[in-house]
Amino acid sequence: MTATVGPQVQAAARASDVWKVYGSGEAQVVALGGVTAEFERGRFTAIMGPSGSGKSTLMHCLAGLDSVTRGTVSIGDTMVTGLGDAGLTRLRRDKVGFIFQQFNLLPTLTAQENILLPMSIAGRKPDPAWYDTVIDTVGLRDRLRHRPAQLSGGQQQRVACARALVARPDVIFADEPTGNLDSRSGAEVLNFLRNSVREHGQTIVMVTHDPTAAAYADRVIFLADGQIVSELVEPTADTVLDTMKKLDAPAEVAH
Amino acid sequence: MFRATWKSLLARKVRLLLSGLAVVLGVMFVSGAFVLTDTLGRSFDAVFADGFSDIDVTVTAKPKVAVSEHEGEQVATPVPASLVEQVKQKVPAAADAKGVVNADGARLIGSNGKVVTSFGPPQLGENWLGESDLVQLREGTRAPRADDEIVVNAALAEAAKVKVGDRVGVLTLEPKKEFTLVGIFGYSGGRDSMGGVNEVAFTTPVAQRLMLGKPDTFSSITVTAADGVSPEKLRDDVARELGGSYEVKTGKQAAADQAASLKEGLSFFNKVLLGFAAVALLVGTFLILNTFSIIVAQRTRELALMRAIGASGRQIIGSVVLEAVVIGLIASVLGLAAGIGVGALLAYLFGKLAGGLTLAGLGVPPAAVIGAFAVGLVITVVAALLPALRASRIPPIAAMQDVATPDRPLTRVTVSGAIVTAIGAVLLFLGLDGHAGDNTLATILGGVLFAFIGVALLTPLISRPVVSLLGALFAWSVPGKLGRLNSGRNPRRTAITAAALMVGIALVTGVTVILDSAKGSISALAEDTIKAELVIAGAQSGPRPPSFDPTVLEKAAAIPGVQLVDGEYGDMATVNGTRTWVAASSNVAALERIFGGKATAGDISRLGPDQMLFSSDAAKSRKVSVGDRVTVQLSRGEARTYTVSGIYQSSQLTNPVVLPPQAARDFAIPQPIQGFVQLAPGARVADVQPQVETLLADSPEVSVADRDAFIKQQTSQLDTPLRMIQILLALAIVIAVLGIINTLALSVLERTRELGLLRAIGLRRAQTMRMITVEAVVISIFGALLGVVVGTGLGAAVVQALKDEGITDLVLPWGQMGVFLGLAAIIGVVAAVLPAVRAARINVLGAIAHD
Ligand SMILES: Nc1ncnc2c1ncn2[C@@H]1O[C@H](COP(=O)(O)OP(=O)(O)O)[C@@H](O)[C@H]1O
Ligand SMILES: [Mg+2]
Repeated sequence: MTATVGPQVQAAARASDVWKVYGSGEAQVVALGGVTAEFERGRFTAIMGPSGSGKSTLMHCLAGLDSVTRGTVSIGDTMVTGLGDAGLTRLRRDKVGFIFQQFNLLPTLTAQENILLPMSIAGRKPDPAWYDTVIDTVGLRDRLRHRPAQLSGGQQQRVACARALVARPDVIFADEPTGNLDSRSGAEVLNFLRNSVREHGQTIVMVTHDPTAAAYADRVIFLADGQIVSELVEPTADTVLDTMKKLDAPAEVAH
Repeated sequence: MFRATWKSLLARKVRLLLSGLAVVLGVMFVSGAFVLTDTLGRSFDAVFADGFSDIDVTVTAKPKVAVSEHEGEQVATPVPASLVEQVKQKVPAAADAKGVVNADGARLIGSNGKVVTSFGPPQLGENWLGESDLVQLREGTRAPRADDEIVVNAALAEAAKVKVGDRVGVLTLEPKKEFTLVGIFGYSGGRDSMGGVNEVAFTTPVAQRLMLGKPDTFSSITVTAADGVSPEKLRDDVARELGGSYEVKTGKQAAADQAASLKEGLSFFNKVLLGFAAVALLVGTFLILNTFSIIVAQRTRELALMRAIGASGRQIIGSVVLEAVVIGLIASVLGLAAGIGVGALLAYLFGKLAGGLTLAGLGVPPAAVIGAFAVGLVITVVAALLPALRASRIPPIAAMQDVATPDRPLTRVTVSGAIVTAIGAVLLFLGLDGHAGDNTLATILGGVLFAFIGVALLTPLISRPVVSLLGALFAWSVPGKLGRLNSGRNPRRTAITAAALMVGIALVTGVTVILDSAKGSISALAEDTIKAELVIAGAQSGPRPPSFDPTVLEKAAAIPGVQLVDGEYGDMATVNGTRTWVAASSNVAALERIFGGKATAGDISRLGPDQMLFSSDAAKSRKVSVGDRVTVQLSRGEARTYTVSGIYQSSQLTNPVVLPPQAARDFAIPQPIQGFVQLAPGARVADVQPQVETLLADSPEVSVADRDAFIKQQTSQLDTPLRMIQILLALAIVIAVLGIINTLALSVLERTRELGLLRAIGLRRAQTMRMITVEAVVISIFGALLGVVVGTGLGAAVVQALKDEGITDLVLPWGQMGVFLGLAAIIGVVAAVLPAVRAARINVLGAIAHD
């Protein structure tokens, strides 16, 4: 199964028949087996699936962090597959934002410096109005001078979100951004991500294995054993959970 | 537990490699020093044993004045020629006896008009005793028959570029004489020299006159035993016949004695090398301490887990110390191997430099092995103790916490730093101020050591403001700013890395301050005092100072425009039973008129043949006053009694004792060493200088220069030791560079994820490298800055203490200090290369996925 959008919506990121194979011979692992997917501009897409299904691998390939074994990946109109280190660095700097599960911030820098870091690296100045908007939405104005060690996990993730947003990248990739948070802090972060899509047209691709988190997205793509097996639009926690159960069922039936 | 230690050691072998390398270098220095001196020692043994191989017994007279190896060559007292016949006829055990002339100071003038110099081995003038098993004339050459014929050894002929048939000049006790070179000889086995010694052989009467200054005398007599007589029996018979005033030795004994005096010099050399090894090891200790601290910090979770599953604190200490023992052992073995290599290489170079010393086989003395293992193990274990203690204090709960290294306050380390620095300062004061008596050197060295450790302990506190200030220089770019933050991140780590560099740079700076101050003070004094427009002198390369023909003095005095000429002679003499340097002036008036001498008692403007002068210091310490009678034994001749006729104010420029010019005849070098020419008012240097130069045509060892050039040349003699010290201390700096590489490499490893994150959000490879480089440069400049400051302090303290010795001006080598700081920047860049490349190569994905 493939997950594509109609031609009327332009894709912010696209994977065409992407294969990712680790190792060789006996130890060979097919992490992705021919994934074709498009991620619409201005939407919040979640990639769901059980542990080991290839979610992170897909995201890494999409973001140009990892190379694909076969197939192509593009972001906007940039063909990611085939770019060298310099090209990939430029891509990450100018077009992509990241939020990882943990360890998102440099311990030596303050929250504000962390937020502005990608722009300083690129030698760009943030749009002051946008910067203010971002800071206010993450609600961290009084914590800007603090270092990561002085912030809670939820606050740290919000700083990471702000950092990804300030540069207005074409796509933000988030790998289990709430995986390490309690449910309240997690909800804060997810709300914030959804708002940035709804209000500011940011494109976000989020990997998660938590149905509640996936329900914040506009669309959910389901992966199992390295392949796209299902898709949901306008999901709720219940529909996501149902789909997950259904996906597990055939395997049980097979026995 | 052992298994766990072993596994973790293997897992971190690369990290330990660099710190191990520091121990390897230190151990290499220690064992290299022993191997070098041992090999040279045995080589000299072999040379002397060979030289005395066909001599059964040798007879010499006791030297008049004992002179040690680094003071110059000792002058043997000649024995009367009649002794040869006496031994031959009166000792039945003797088959034959030969008189041998053999004395240092035969200087051959090469085909380029310059004297062939020696850097250590003597330049012997001898009588030709014919060929033997050992000595062989080369093809087509013959023995000297006429008084103006000589033969030389092949190495000397080669160095002088002279060949048979040439007329060559030789300087001896007498000024230049010309000879025809009729023969060239070598030694058995095709050797061109015996241990690099230059030899000129004359006919016996000429050798006696030129080398001993007395006809019918010999330096020694060699006696051959009759068939069936042992050398020992022969020795006893000869000794009985000649009585107690001669030294009679078997060839074996004589060889051993001569080798022993050389080896005394070697053991001094060995101590110097070991001193530098100690510095290298001190720096290495810092490096290992740092590595273990970082590793323990990085393993906090692992160690806490071990505590959580039941390991005791003692077991944790054991595991860290065990690691240290393993590293120490491996490093000692490698260091020993490298040391043997380096020792062999240096021995080879030394042999070449000394003009073809045939090296004895390479040997590894027990001292090298024991030293290597003791030093390697002790240093590593001592350095690991502190981190081990810290590791044992990690609470099991740390396994569950995220923060790996909580910021510990710097109060304790700062307080102990202050105390240790204070102890160092007190020791330095006691040592330098002369309160430590016999232990002065040990006290001063202890003071320096404590000062270094104390400052190193204070460094974390100092590092905060200084590093952030230094870093500000680079903070104009994002990578620069990140690098600056990283270098300020862990003050202890930055501090100890910088402190390692500090030690080397502080010592170099300190030595430079002292020597520059000495130079500055002496030239200032000389410029203020010496009232001679022209000076005759030469550059000294070996133990023997250059000298010139004394008749030049009278001829120079006759040049129009010359007002006063003085020739200075020097010798080591025994004055009232104790050894001291004495001088003789061809013109005693020069003491007042050229050297600004002032009489404190008696009259110093003239000196009768039986009178002598003392400097005020020497007079005070020897409790002599005007009118006293003093016995002086010079290198040659009989002891004589002089009356003290005057005492002059001591100064850096005057000798403790001045004898009348007649005494110079009995000096080891009976020729003037320096000449001072004072011009009459209105006379021009440019007119007189060329005329003096012409007079020196037959004295190629010296030249005439104006006073300032002379002062510069004299003070520049301090440049050679300074250069040598700098080169030897460079090793300490190299080790410190390893330390910087190590710290950075470990930091890069520790920050893998951070680097991955930075790369993920768009930091380019080049920017990553720049970030690491800035961190390295900040650390190394910080270390150099500390070194320059501490070194200047130490140097200034020594200079202050030497005020009474005439080092009155403190000269700070600003230029050199600038060079050190610039060098530090380069060191930083170089040290950063590998870690930076490594950081730039970090796989972004791998870094993020890093557990
Ligand atoms: N570097 C790697 N080497 C070998 N196999 C890998 C590697 N990374 C991931 N895999 C395998 O690929 C599959 C997908 O992994 P991943 O994308 O991390 O799954 P998810 O994020 O959905 O839990 C898994 O079976 C995993 O074991
Ligand atoms: Mg994953």
